[in-house]
This record gives sequence, structure tokens and C-alpha cells, in this order.
Amino acid sequence: MATTALRNRRYVGSRLTEFLYRVLLYAAVLLGAFIFAVPLFWMLRTAVMPTWQVFRYPPEWIPAEWNWSNFKVPFQTFPFERWFVNSGIIAVGSAIGTALSASMVGFSFARLRFPLREPLFLIVLATMILPEHVRLVPTYLLFTWMGWVGTFLPLIAPNWFAPAFFVFLMRQFFMTIPKEYDDSAYIDGCSPFGMFWRIHLPLSLPAVGVVIIFQITFQWNDFLNPLIYLNKVQMYTVALGLRLFQGQLSNNMQALMAASLMAILPTLLVFFFAQRYFVQGIVVTGVKG
Amino acid sequence: MTTVGQTQDGSSALGLPVGAQRKVMKQSTREALYGYAMLSPWLIGFLVFVLFPMVASLVIGMFRTDFLTSWEFVGLYYYKSVVADVLVRKALLNTAYFSLVSVPLSTILALSIAVMLNQGIKGQSIWRTIYYLPSVVSGVAVALLWRWLYEPEMGLFNTVLRGLGVDNPPRWVFSEQWAMPSLIIMALWGAGAPMLIYLAGLRGIPTALYEAAEIDGASSFRRFFTITLPLLTPTIFFNVVLSIIGSWQIFTQALIMADGGPNNATLTAVLHLYRTGFRNAYFGYASAQAWFLFLIILVFVLMALRSAKSWVHYERV
Repeated sequence: MATTALRNRRYVGSRLTEFLYRVLLYAAVLLGAFIFAVPLFWMLRTAVMPTWQVFRYPPEWIPAEWNWSNFKVPFQTFPFERWFVNSGIIAVGSAIGTALSASMVGFSFARLRFPLREPLFLIVLATMILPEHVRLVPTYLLFTWMGWVGTFLPLIAPNWFAPAFFVFLMRQFFMTIPKEYDDSAYIDGCSPFGMFWRIHLPLSLPAVGVVIIFQITFQWNDFLNPLIYLNKVQMYTVALGLRLFQGQLSNNMQALMAASLMAILPTLLVFFFAQRYFVQGIVVTGVKG
Repeated sequence: MTTVGQTQDGSSALGLPVGAQRKVMKQSTREALYGYAMLSPWLIGFLVFVLFPMVASLVIGMFRTDFLTSWEFVGLYYYKSVVADVLVRKALLNTAYFSLVSVPLSTILALSIAVMLNQGIKGQSIWRTIYYLPSVVSGVAVALLWRWLYEPEMGLFNTVLRGLGVDNPPRWVFSEQWAMPSLIIMALWGAGAPMLIYLAGLRGIPTALYEAAEIDGASSFRRFFTITLPLLTPTIFFNVVLSIIGSWQIFTQALIMADGGPNNATLTAVLHLYRTGFRNAYFGYASAQAWFLFLIILVFVLMALRSAKSWVHYERV
């Protein structure tokens, strides 16, 4: 009883402090959100500004008019639409391969029993944290031998061989599917592959969604690999093409920002339509790791 | 635990004759065969795209080669050069600076935001989206944007600073002294991804613990340091390790925003490796650098792993 009274008194006494604390908290969250959002606002603001206003000093925050013609410039200067198609082919082609291979391998690690399973899975984990740059030069040599340099294949093919990160993600998900499904499937005479294809894969479509969305985003944003493997302007990805813009349009900042905005638009759209998957994927890989 | 055993039990429970024992053995062999068959894409990928490159990298480092015309054996020459090369050292120091400053700062920032958003704030999902959004977009477009934000006369940063009464704002990526801090500030903008993970980790902490602590009269300050933080350490640790590895490979920002300049202030390890190999066609030397960089990252990761014993709490509640 005494402790309850003590708690109550402290509670009443701290009401004002509590209120001030909430005010400060909301102020901090709001200020932080403003700081995080303002760069993207600046991008939009520059992209729609009329030419005369962009280089005005001191800089102005609000565009005098919405000048959408800035968005046409990239298409007039370069095969911008072609780059979008290229990026799309690479991103989707990689994502399909990753989803198929990583889910199958993930299932094998999560559900089938075979000798050396644990050591092999440790290797998967080790590859996950292996820096990519060590493999850069020899992989380039490999694709030179195969005559694939200058094509999309070096950017797509490796993703059909179950990238470690996604194997891990899928395995974590398959582990959560109740074992009873396996037993009943076995009794019905299902092969392990049939079990994966008919039972586990349909049950894990949310996780497959996470894999596809992550891989599309990764590939869309990738710069180093296209830079190394693609050499014809017609074959460029959006990311690579933007670099050409940078050289050509350095005094046309509004067109450069318009191009950049269009370049991030697909990832933004994917994010807004699939935010749940993003959050889920981040959480599965991050917290349970 | 052993489901092979369970299958056997299950089979006999179904009343199969004792002779089925052999068939059950076959079942486990069959499962193992399927197991290997189904992980074969990974195994092939591992051999071709991981193990082969790792080993080949060491060998390529012993040749002066452009991959097209000549392969000249130079032994350990490149491996010795890496240690003595002034430019390599500069690149490694720059990258170390970036890594050692950006990883702790972004960890603290991500944690702070997560803790703030976890105080039962209204509209949490909207705030979460605003903070997370910048880490979804990345790559060249974002680097171009930040270069523009840092523009000394017209950029956002100096517009704000001048508005706040700073007469002589820095020239950001365009000055040797501020170029690397500029890349670090830009990296902090991506703190939303780890923030999301910490937020999920915070939600996983049982509220019963807080209630018990409150009854014991622990202040909110103390509750944070004795409950929240210790229980979050495994998550923090995992993210710090991944951030260390990622930060050592910074490339796109350094290339797009300042092309390694001014005066090599943003020459990072991977940028230098890229120039050596893919621009100047000294693939052997690039390979040697890659291995050297790999060893450095390994040392940092091992240091993190070793330190984990003293600060990461693994007991589950």
C-alpha cells in the first residue's frame, strides 16, 4: 500500500514534467522528420523550377511555376527510355532468378536433412558478410573468358545461383512453417521437391515478395557492376546513364534533378505499394540475425 | 529433434511391417539426395562466383596483366607494393576515417530515432516512413542530389547556413577538408534502415520487464540502460558488423560526388581499386589491393566479434 501511494504521489508530481517531455519528444521527431525529408523536397523543387530561377542568388525555396518541360530534356539528350527498359530487364531478370533459386535452396537448408548441412549453412552465413570487392576482378576475368562483357548476362546470371543473403532470408521464413505440413505431405507420398513446390512455396509468397522487392531495388540502384560490364550507351542502365547526364548537363541542374527524380521513381513506387514487405524483410533479416 | 527418427516412428505407428525398415533407410537417403539437388544452385554459385574468385584473386595478384594481351609473372611484387604505395595508404586512411566515424554515428542516430518513435507516439507509421524513405533510394541519383545540396552558392546546406547567420559556410565536397565529412553526413541520411530494425527489436522486449522495473522504482533513464539497451545488443551487434563491412566498400558516392577529389580527399579503397584495375588495366595490382582490403575488413570484423563477449547479451527472455 505504501508503495502505491508513493507511486501515485510521484506520478502527480511528475505530470508537468511528463507533459514537457511529450512536447520535447514531438518537437524532436518533427524536426528530425523535416531534416530527413528536406533533401527530397529540394530535388523536386529544383526539378520543376524554371531555368531563370534555379541559379538565382540567394536561392529560393518555392518554384515560381511548375515547369514540367525539364522532364523532357533527358529524353531529348539521350536514349533515356531505353535505359529504363535496360534497368527493368536486369532488375526483373535478376529478381525472378533469385526468388526461384533462393527459395529452393532455403527450403533445402530449412527442411531437408542431409550430411554436412550445418557446415554448409555456416558457409552461406560467411558468404553473406564477404565483401563483394574481393570477387570483382576475377569475376570480370571469368566473364571476359565467357565473352559476356558488354551484355546483361554478368548482371543477371549470378543471381540465378541463390545469393547467400536471400537464401538466409528464405530459410528463416521456412523455419516458421509448422512441421505437421511436412509429415502429412510425406504420408501422402509427396517428394521433397513436390513438398516445396506445392506446399511451402505457396505458403511463403510474402517472403518471396520480400526477396523480389529487395532484389529489384538492389539491382536498380547498383552502379559498380553496370559500370564495369556495360560499355555501349544503348546498353546502359539508368544509374549508369545518369553519370553521362552529369557530364553533359552540369549547367542544367533542373534537367539533371528531373532525370534523377525519374530514376528513383520506380523504387519509390515499389516502396509505397509494398511497404509492408520492405518492413517485414528488414525485420526478418535484421532482428533474428 | 531428429525427424529421421520421427519418420521411422511415424511409419511404425502407421502399422507398417518390420520389413519396411529398409525402405525407411532409403527414405532418408532419398531426402539427402533431394537436399543436395535442391541446394545445387547455391553450391555451383558458391564454387563459381565465390570460391573460384577468392582463390583466383590471389593468383591474379602475382601477374601484371590487362586480361587481353599479356600475362607477366611478377611474384609477390604487387603484394609488397600495396604496403608501400602512398596512394593506396591514402585511400585506406580515407576509408578508415569514413568507416570509423560513420558507423558509430549512424548507429547512435538510428537507435535514437527508434527509441523516440517507440514512446507511444501518434502516427508512428507515418514518421517511420519519412525516416525510412531516404534509405530506399540510393545510388547515383542520390549522389547527384547530394552534390547539388552541397553546392557552395546555390545548394540547400549553405542556403540554410547563411539563413542562420553563418557568414563563411564550408564548401563541402568541393573542399579538401570538408569532403569526407560531407560523405559521412550523407551516409547518416540512410540511418532509416537500421532504425527500422531497432524499432522491431524494441517492440520485441516484453513489457512485463518494464512493469517490474517500474514497481521497483527504476527511473526511465535507468530502465533504458538496464533493460532496453542490453536486450537490444544482439541486434545492434549484427547491424554494426554489417555496417562496418558496408562502409569499407563505399564507392558510388565518392565517384559521383567528387571523383575522389579534391586532392584525393575522397579517394576510397574501392574507388582506387576500380581505377587501378578497370580504368588503367592493372588487374594484378587491383587484385592485390582487393586482398589487402579484405584482410583489413576481416581484422575489424574479428575485433568486433571478440569485443562482443563483453557487451552483447545473448540470454533470451
